[in-house]
Amino acid sequence: MKKFNLIINKIIIILFLTIVSSQSAEMTDPIKVDWSFKGITGKFDRASLQRGFQVYKEVCSSCHSMQYLSYRNLGEPGGPEFTEAEVKAIAASFEVTDGPDNQGEMFTRPGRPSDMFVSPHPNKEAAAAANGGAYPPDMSVLVKARKGGANYIYSVLVGYEEPPTGVKLDQGVYYNKYMIGNKIKMPNNLEDGLVEYADGTESTVEQMAKDVTTFLAWAAEPELEERHKTGVKVIIYLVLLTILVYLSMKKIWSRVDSEK
Amino acid sequence: MSEHEYVPKSKAAKWFNDRLPLLTLGAHLTDYPTPKNLNYWWTFGGILTFCLITQIVTGIVLAMHYVAHADLAFGSVEHIMRNVNYGWLIRYIHSNGASMFFLAVYIHIFRSLFYGSYKSPREIIWILGLLIYLLMMAAAFLGYVLPWGQMSFWGATVITNLFSAIPLVGDSITTWLWGAYSVDNPTLNRFFSLHYLFPFLILGLVVLHIWALHIPGNNNPVGIDIKKPSKDTVPFHPYITIKDAFALLMFMIIFAGFVFFSPNVLGHSDNYIPANPLVTPAHIVPEWYLLPFYAILRSVPDKLGGVILMFSAIFILFVLPWLDTSKVRSAVFRPIYRQFFWILVIDVLMLGYVGAMPAEGVYLALARVGTIYYFLHFIVVLPVVGLLEKTDPIPMSISEPVITGGAEPSLARKINEKV
Repeated sequence: MKKFNLIINKIIIILFLTIVSSQSAEMTDPIKVDWSFKGITGKFDRASLQRGFQVYKEVCSSCHSMQYLSYRNLGEPGGPEFTEAEVKAIAASFEVTDGPDNQGEMFTRPGRPSDMFVSPHPNKEAAAAANGGAYPPDMSVLVKARKGGANYIYSVLVGYEEPPTGVKLDQGVYYNKYMIGNKIKMPNNLEDGLVEYADGTESTVEQMAKDVTTFLAWAAEPELEERHKTGVKVIIYLVLLTILVYLSMKKIWSRVDSEK
Repeated sequence: MSEHEYVPKSKAAKWFNDRLPLLTLGAHLTDYPTPKNLNYWWTFGGILTFCLITQIVTGIVLAMHYVAHADLAFGSVEHIMRNVNYGWLIRYIHSNGASMFFLAVYIHIFRSLFYGSYKSPREIIWILGLLIYLLMMAAAFLGYVLPWGQMSFWGATVITNLFSAIPLVGDSITTWLWGAYSVDNPTLNRFFSLHYLFPFLILGLVVLHIWALHIPGNNNPVGIDIKKPSKDTVPFHPYITIKDAFALLMFMIIFAGFVFFSPNVLGHSDNYIPANPLVTPAHIVPEWYLLPFYAILRSVPDKLGGVILMFSAIFILFVLPWLDTSKVRSAVFRPIYRQFFWILVIDVLMLGYVGAMPAEGVYLALARVGTIYYFLHFIVVLPVVGLLEKTDPIPMSISEPVITGGAEPSLARKINEKV
């Protein structure tokens, strides 16, 4: 039986290796960042999330939509946790198309916390047309939609380089060593000091990349902190119950085992 | 069915039981004599029942919030993840539950292969189990299409296109399956409808599977027939129920580990990109549990040949009880078969591995070797080894593991009956 167990262990290991190995392909491996939200007790860095939102709002949001988020999410537990007043102010700073009204006309009004994030373009086609034919992907679940997740997003943001000699790039194409094929249509939008952080943190490219990636990781998995917390409780509960059931099992089976 | 007739205690219960013998059935299920030497590999039947019920319950709740429309499906899944109370938990249990279901079913199937549980008189149990497995694969495939991500769309395109390999009517059949001229909204709608239907068909087959099991009773690690009830058996409740509960809890800890701490590791990141018929993903791969079959499919240069071989890989299992010529059930007493069993396990794992890799170079070569070996195992190895192998002496009974001189199980059985 030991052999059987050993082999099953191997099966599980191979299974995992298969999964892990199938995740990497044809590009420089992303930089491994020590994210605060990794691990079973991982949590988001609140200040980083708030800074990351600022980067998103001031830089990314001019091209990228985030259509599955609401402004209210920014004040919910486990997220940037802006105060209620701050969330209202953020929402109100956007103009939302609503309607139709009694006359059948669409109208605009200041945003409310219950509104979804306003997209920079009315549709995919418009977004692509405004960006040289390349549609800037919606960022709601971007971290989950890329192999390598947060590490990959961070790496791309800091991975712009001059193309090596011999590599020719078309108009509107940039060199990035972490992209598949090393080509990206998004220009390098980050430069040191681009954003003036409200909390006085120095806005280096690395800092902004880290903050906005943290924000995107939260946006993709807003349930992460609750999931981790619940998970720890569930596992503790299951382990205790397993021990109780194990002891009951030993007691019940002792009647059979003693017959031998 | 029951060995000693069950008599309800109260008059009312007797009145009811005479008209619908549910209480007799309950008594049969609790008293059901089970071999007392079952090891933990036998707990996966119970675990699978748990998996099925979990999928049905979480699936029903998800269906309350999901929208089966090509323009809305992806967003409705995000709505579940973000706005539905504990929607993330229900969806992650459902999506990881599919993987856990397959993990358990593969262990269950290989347990049967190791201990010869598919052999006479349990062929019908085996065949029903294979039908369940087939429906599981169909249900899992249909379910994977529903979030309408890139892998959903392209997975559906690849799999449905397999039918176009059928000569003459292939294209018509594919169009009929799609309900359109490509994978589109009508396809998504019917896939949702069928995805909701299949688990209940599986449930019906599970009832038959257990019914068929209760006729001969469980096989056991020694693989010999036992008298029921006897000192070789224990009543199902509380002995097996408590053991199953313990194993199930261990399984649930692993399950919870995936759900709470790496809920997307078993999925593919591309499925968080909304379906786009104009952009083909770099590598279209099915979920891990279908990879060995995917490797077999791609190992053949001809499309129709690949499809035929892939389906044969499953259908050959239906005649397995008649391909295996050995009279001895358990591999514990089959020194040669035991080696081949492990080679088959490694072969299937290797096929799964190359199924995840691009179909080129060394991977393609490995897929071909693996595919050929897979079929050799069933067509050549099993019949030949069964005839030539000198099996180890098998014990007469579970409680008296006395070794007899002979390797013939019927002999041991006869001796056993005289005692």
